[in-house]
Amino acid sequence: MTELKRYYAPTSLDQAVECLKGGNVTILAGGTDLTPQSQAGRIKFRETLMNIRHIPQMSGITLEGKEIRIGALATITEIMEHPLVREHLPALVEACDHFASDQIRNAGTIGGNICNASPAGDTLVPLLVLDACVELASMPETKLYRHCMPISTFFTGSGKTRKSLCELVTGVRIPVPAAGHVSRFYKHGTRPALDISTISIGVAGNLKDGVLSNVRVAFGAVAPTPLRATATESALEGRHLDAATIEAAAVAARDEVNPIDDVRATAWYRKEMIHNMTKRMLENVAQA
Amino acid sequence: MSLKHEIEFTLNGVKRKLAVDVTMNALDMLREVVGLTGTKYGCGEGECGACTIQVDGVSLNSCLMFAVDCAGRNVTTVEGLTDQPRGEALRESFVEHGAVQCGFCTPGMMMQADHLLAKHEHPDAACVKRGLEGNLCRCTGYKKIVDAVVACGGRDSVTPAQAGVQK
Repeated sequence: MTELKRYYAPTSLDQAVECLKGGNVTILAGGTDLTPQSQAGRIKFRETLMNIRHIPQMSGITLEGKEIRIGALATITEIMEHPLVREHLPALVEACDHFASDQIRNAGTIGGNICNASPAGDTLVPLLVLDACVELASMPETKLYRHCMPISTFFTGSGKTRKSLCELVTGVRIPVPAAGHVSRFYKHGTRPALDISTISIGVAGNLKDGVLSNVRVAFGAVAPTPLRATATESALEGRHLDAATIEAAAVAARDEVNPIDDVRATAWYRKEMIHNMTKRMLENVAQA
Repeated sequence: MSLKHEIEFTLNGVKRKLAVDVTMNALDMLREVVGLTGTKYGCGEGECGACTIQVDGVSLNSCLMFAVDCAGRNVTTVEGLTDQPRGEALRESFVEHGAVQCGFCTPGMMMQADHLLAKHEHPDAACVKRGLEGNLCRCTGYKKIVDAVVACGGRDSVTPAQAGVQK
């Protein structure tokens, strides 16, 4: 194992991605996970610890064309309170509202929540149903290279993503939803604050005359990654949101998840909760 | 050999320059390097809020922050809180309401309550409970803490203490 040899706080994106070229870098943003994980020995530092706080291109929440861009360094509090997010992305507001505690929301960043890739990461399920794309930056030769990757393909396992060690997540882009778009988020835990999800559910789509289209359903904490629930989406797509459709979707949801038993809940309980809460959320959407 | 890095920041209104271990958290820096022991170590993982400080005007858990990340920022601990009118009013309200039992959670509670009052001038009990949900009191003396914060937000220019003196 390499030893921590250098601390670096770049002030531009170019400096940061140049530093990442060798790949032997631990990235520090809000620090709410890296601090306790490293002190407990669960994360070993690489050769360089790079603090990305001072890179201006990575902050802020802006409307860019038909997309809302949230900089990777935006804190959960900033996102939750931002008028653009409150107007267009209620499922994301809801997830931020149920995120840890005020102190952690004030420090933790959305980029960190994405890169941690926890199956129970609170913002990941709403980002999935909102068709978010993850912005990545790197420096393959001498020039800055930036591209986007749909978040639905970003996670490869618990704590694992398709981001290479030479890449930096600079932000997330979310299409501004069309009129008539609805989105909901539900997190189940045993207490309101500082809880890790037992399960979480995101539902989104365009609702017109009681029919849901362009349906997105995602679940958290029921698999090694947060995931899109394609069978549940198919059970809803283009159908009238009546009791039969809702029950069929809830059953599809229960059948398509394959959770594990752990300290927070049994697999059986998670499947039942997925069924019951998917049903309740869809009933709520039908009444919208 | 641990890697050190020199940082400059403002602590309770005073500029500081320190060399800190790069892997050290801000709580250890405050307690062990600076010597301000008002900020408490409770759990070390952000569950209890005993180590709450304010950085650039927002509250956060100092145990979840790297000391080097204080560089260039404005840090306030409980020792600096009562230099300000709202902090002093909060201290008075905690005393009047008997909101201090063993006292271990009190610095964190006050730092978080101060941040809450900065955002919500007149919070009701529900708002205070929500704001303090990241702070644990193992004596379970929550009622008086919530009462103290609500009362502090409900004050006009005259504090109950001053009103009491007038009687």
